[in-house]
Parts: sequence; structure tokens; C-alpha cells
Amino acid sequence: MAELDTSGGGKHKGGKIRSKKASTRIDLTAMVDLAFLLITFFIMATTLAKPKAMDTFWPDKTKKDVQLPVPETRTMTILLGSGDQLEWWVGPAGATPPTKDNFGKNGIRKALIENGKKIEATHAGPDNYMIVLVKAGDKSTYKDFVAILDELNITGIQSRAVVDITPAETALLKKDGLD
Amino acid sequence: MARIKIPRKSTAIDMTAMCDVAFLLLTFFILTAKLKQEEPLPVDTPGSTTKQLFPDVDVATVTVGHGKVFFGVEGQDIRREALTAMGTKYNITFTPEEATKFALLPTFGVPIASLKQYLGLSIEDRKKFAQPGIPVDTTNTSELFNWIHEARVADAGLRNKALRFAIKGDSHQEYPDVKKVIDIFQKQAINKFSLITSLKTQ
Repeated sequence: MAELDTSGGGKHKGGKIRSKKASTRIDLTAMVDLAFLLITFFIMATTLAKPKAMDTFWPDKTKKDVQLPVPETRTMTILLGSGDQLEWWVGPAGATPPTKDNFGKNGIRKALIENGKKIEATHAGPDNYMIVLVKAGDKSTYKDFVAILDELNITGIQSRAVVDITPAETALLKKDGLD
Repeated sequence: MARIKIPRKSTAIDMTAMCDVAFLLLTFFILTAKLKQEEPLPVDTPGSTTKQLFPDVDVATVTVGHGKVFFGVEGQDIRREALTAMGTKYNITFTPEEATKFALLPTFGVPIASLKQYLGLSIEDRKKFAQPGIPVDTTNTSELFNWIHEARVADAGLRNKALRFAIKGDSHQEYPDVKKVIDIFQKQAINKFSLITSLKTQ
């Protein structure tokens, strides 16, 4: 491949003095060594996984008149507790017993999809979508908070709000051992 | 008895293909990779399925982890401008050398009162210095509030652009600590900001 045709082009008449042709084959070992050394350096010194940015939008707290009344029967409240666990219920607080759940495909994602369908089926349109309230407990981790926002993104629920937790809900988390 | 002679073959291998592959990989790594920046506060960002890339310009990052809060803004001119404004606010005069040193810091976590002392250290000593984090409370006079405010003013003045904000939180940080930073953002009517995550599959 990397060699050139070094054979002579046939015999010439009369014995001309020709310089001895050296092989053009180069020893590439050193070059390969160097290349791999550089590759190793770049692997070690750089970051390949670029950070991703999850955009979040929050209500304007400086304005007081933008609060919309939330129909309680269409809300699903999610409380984030400690140990990667959460509790959720649909409707007003205390109407249905809270369900303990965890993150992941068969946990909160399933619940979000099922409750969304249920609420859409039981309410008349056009405003029959589910509203999700996320309340992060004092012992919940940032990872869980990001995870629940991610689940809402995956399930495509746009009507959501992050609300401060109330003392009654903190007490509920404590009672259920999630605090 | 005649021995069967095995013809000796040369042990030299053709390295051309290997060399090609090595340089191809090298080119790939040089083009795709971004040099690692030294982080004074290493955090383990949580995973999410977000695919949007984090921008490199006009962005300020608040890092929350291990109970400390660090602040950093992109752009040396913005850092310098913000430092001058903070100095005026807290009655501390920074020398041009200190301002230059500060402009080279991607993130920092030192209270303004001890910032002068921190900037006076050599680079080796700075690495050993345990940065205590920027004081955060929910009042309008906390240092983080002012840093964010001055960085926004500097960015608007120098680049005429709205500074974007991002929170880089540690996975195991408790939510109330992150909430404090969010509250500071909301007080300044920063209602859109990003959470920095690493990519994870569903």
C-alpha cells in the first residue's frame, strides 16, 4: 500500500551507473505509537459527555394577579420524600388515600399516564387535562426533583407546577416513613 | 533424512492500516472533545432524558453541592465588571491585578470579605484553599443575590444580551438547598433557567 514501485523499468543498453535504489517502505511503528499516545492524552484530558440543559419555567412571583384557580378534581399531587420514594393522590387532599410509589417506568410514569387518561375521561372538554402539582419534601434530593420533572417531560404533561410543601403534607410524609 | 525446511517469513507487519485508524481516531477526538475544566466544587449531576445542549456563552451557573454554593459566569469582561460593581457595593477596592486574576476564575465560592485574600494566593495555594461557598440566604441582600444581579447588569451593559442562568446541582443535595437558589432567581424575576443534567436513557 504505502510502497512505491521501485523496480527498474527494464534493462538499458550499455551499463549505465545507477544509484542503488533503497526501499521506500518506512517503519510506521513509531508513528503509530505516537498516534496512540496522543489518543490516550485526548481521552484523558477531555470530556466527551457534554452537559445537557433542562429548561424550566417558573411563575412570576413579582406579579400577584396571575394566579389561576385550579380545579381540585383535575389535580394530581406528588409529594417527594426521602429514599427516592414519593406519594401521590388525585383530587383534593384527603379525598383519596395517597399511594406510595417509586420512580421509573412502572412507577410514577405509569401512574401519570393512567391518571391523565382517567381525568380526561371523567371531565367534560375542552379543559379536561390533568394538572400536576409537585411538592418536594424537606428530605427529598435534587436528583428526585430532576427525575420527576423529567417524567413530566416524558409523559408530555405541560400543566404542572412546583409548589411549596405545606406542614400538613410534611407530616403526612413523616407518618408514611418518607421523611 | 532430509528435514522439511519451513520458509522463514518476515515478522514485520504492515503498519499502514493501523496508522490510518489511529490518526482517524485522533482526529475524531480532537474535533469532538472539549477540554476538561477544573471544577473547584465537583458535583455529580443527575440524569435526565433532555437532549438540549448547554450553551457556552452568555450563561451564568450556580453550582450547588455538598452544602455549598458556587457562582460562575462566562466571559472574562463580565467577571471583571461584576467584581468592580460588587466591590463598590461592599466597599472593597480590588486592584487591577486582582481583577485580572478574578477574571480567570470560571467558578468560585468565596465570600466577598475574604475574596481579596483568596486572590492574593498563588495558584498552588488556591487549589489547597477550601472554598467555603458563597453565603446564601433568602433576603435581598445576600451575596449570591448581588452577584447574580451584578452579573446581569454587566452582561446587559457589555453584550446587550440577557444572561441565561443554570443550576448545576449535586444528585444527593437536598431539595431545600436548591430551593434557596431558585427563590433568589425568582426574586429577580428570572423565571426561566436551566437545570444541568447528564444524559440518561429512559
